[in-house]
Amino acid sequence: MASDKNKIMIAASLVAIFLCYTFYIYASLPVKNFTANEAVSKGKRVWQEKNCGACHQIYGLGGYLGPDLTNEYSLRSTDFIKVFLNYGTPAMPNFNLSEQDINHLLAFLKSIDASGKSDPKTFTIHYNGTIEQ
Amino acid sequence: MVGSLLLLAMGMLFGWIGALQYLVPGFLVKWLSFEKIRPLHVSSVVFWIILAAMGSVLIYVQEHTGRKLYSALLTRLQLSLFSLSIPAIFISYCMGIFGGREYWEFPPVLALPIIAGWILFLINFTRSFGTFKQQPVYIWMWLTGIIFFLFTFLESYLWVFPYFRNNIINDMTVQWKSYGSMVGAWNMLIYGSSIFLMQKISGHKNDSHSRMAFALYFTGLFNLMFNWGHHIYTLPTYHFIQYISYVVSMTELLILGRIIWQWKSSVSKAAIHFHHTAFRFLVAADIWIFLSLLLAVLMSVPAINVYTHGTHITVAHAMGTTIGINSFLLLAIAVDTLSNSCSKESINEKWITKGYWITNISLFIFWISLVIAGILKAKWQMSTEKIPFSTMMLQLRPFFIVFLFSGLTMIAGFFIILYPILKKQISCYLVYILGERNPAEEPIRGTISMD
Ligand code: HEC
Ligand code: HEM
Repeated sequence: MASDKNKIMIAASLVAIFLCYTFYIYASLPVKNFTANEAVSKGKRVWQEKNCGACHQIYGLGGYLGPDLTNEYSLRSTDFIKVFLNYGTPAMPNFNLSEQDINHLLAFLKSIDASGKSDPKTFTIHYNGTIEQ
Repeated sequence: MVGSLLLLAMGMLFGWIGALQYLVPGFLVKWLSFEKIRPLHVSSVVFWIILAAMGSVLIYVQEHTGRKLYSALLTRLQLSLFSLSIPAIFISYCMGIFGGREYWEFPPVLALPIIAGWILFLINFTRSFGTFKQQPVYIWMWLTGIIFFLFTFLESYLWVFPYFRNNIINDMTVQWKSYGSMVGAWNMLIYGSSIFLMQKISGHKNDSHSRMAFALYFTGLFNLMFNWGHHIYTLPTYHFIQYISYVVSMTELLILGRIIWQWKSSVSKAAIHFHHTAFRFLVAADIWIFLSLLLAVLMSVPAINVYTHGTHITVAHAMGTTIGINSFLLLAIAVDTLSNSCSKESINEKWITKGYWITNISLFIFWISLVIAGILKAKWQMSTEKIPFSTMMLQLRPFFIVFLFSGLTMIAGFFIILYPILKKQISCYLVYILGERNPAEEPIRGTISMD
């Protein structure tokens, strides 16, 4: 039976390291050089309020009924995207979005496209099991 | 406990509608399309897990100390907070009002009663002890689970501050940091209760004080804290997040190794206690822990994750663990706590046995169909031919059909298990309510227990 003192020592050290890790990430978020943009924020808001993420992924995370949209903006024309947003499809509801909402969504899609690539083909796989873009 | 079982039943039905929408595009698209069904499904089952875990801790803590909880009022308050906010959450989904964050897709204000309820839980739990000295491992696990759930749940709402949400990479890094650890937190609650139950069945009190028990607990805690990055290997965030999570996740191999090492003794133990209904669910969970851990360890290698990420393999992992491990463990606990809770009349175990086998076999087929669908999608993601998304989804149809049907038989299996448990509880409640009003009215009891 291990003594309470040892157990508390181990737990306390783990908690301390965890808190350092956590606050380091909060204080120094990975992306620092960017300008917050009104249209992007509003587009993100529409994305969340309509719950687009239940059917679409960003960086592979989200629901799986529809395609990943991380790099949709550079893969397709804005007119193509607008058709989906204006009319929906059999599986994707028509959200009756306003012209403004659609422009904001486009700004949002443009910003996530600029943030990186989600396509797994763009990764280099190393023998030690890590990956890199 | 009973409420959470009802949530489980509801959640499965929503899941099934969701699966149907994979096959029949446009099914219910006007009323309950997939962006409503998915959160209805995921929230119902997540609340089943969380509430049942909470219930199990509150019940077992009393068995452990041999005393009542610190405050019955707090318990009642806590349960009312949950039972008010959960229906409100479902209504908001049905009306299409979303906060739009994965898994907690309701508007953020509805998180407030949940946070308040959880704080009450923390107070009630810690106050129910005289001392924390020389406590068994499950007490450590419960306390860890309660504190970390609170922490990570709050953390998952940091996005309400523009500082955290303004950049998508920053936002997703913090979001998945919190989610990754949150799952670990509720697992702490459930595994803690399972260890308690196991000890209750086997009578070996020393096991939960042993070095091995604590070694496993610290491995779990270590993973809870640092393995969350395996959800975001492909996100262009700090590289060190990838390396830390990769290395930390591999420590789970120790747990996997231990399972294989102990295989023989587990099997003989299983043979001894298998007649015990609650124990049987523990055995099923053990097998699912093995399968899920195998898949999870593989997915935690970035070089493999780059293939599986964004495919139905993730769904197989998510449902394999939440059903095969969490739900089976919680059912074991439910059978244990509810079987002698109100009357001596025993639960009809033949039914449960039938349901048990149907559920397990269906779950296996269900799981395999998702894994295969995932492998095919992974091939599509990696292929340089430009096959459209919708064509790929059509190719996966046969597997979604198998998924749908095995889902149906699995639901049937679960209902067969739930029926005798719920029947007994409901008749007990009726007896309790009616009995209090008119204790002498014997015929009412008769009619209730007759069906
Ligand atoms: C109910 C599920 C669902 C929801 C919710 C949903 N979509 Fe879709 N979406 C789909 C599906 C499925 C497709 C693929 C086309 C098809 O087969 O119908 C799609 C296709 C698209 C496309 C075209 C992708 C391509 O390149 O083919 C865009 C752009 C899009 N959706 C944007 C959005 C946005 C923005 C929202 C939120 C306002 C949204 N979607 C909400 C299901 C959904
Ligand atoms: C105890 C029972 C169940 C539990 C605990 C459970 C849990 C979950 C979880 C956690 C997810 C999220 C997956 C992810 O994000 O990767 C999910 C998704 C889903 N589940 Fe279940 N599930 C259960 C039963 C079912 C059943 C019976 C069906 C029907 C066949 C079903 C169909 C689905 C569907 C369609 C999704 C959405 C997949 C997507 O994102 O595209 N589930 N479930």
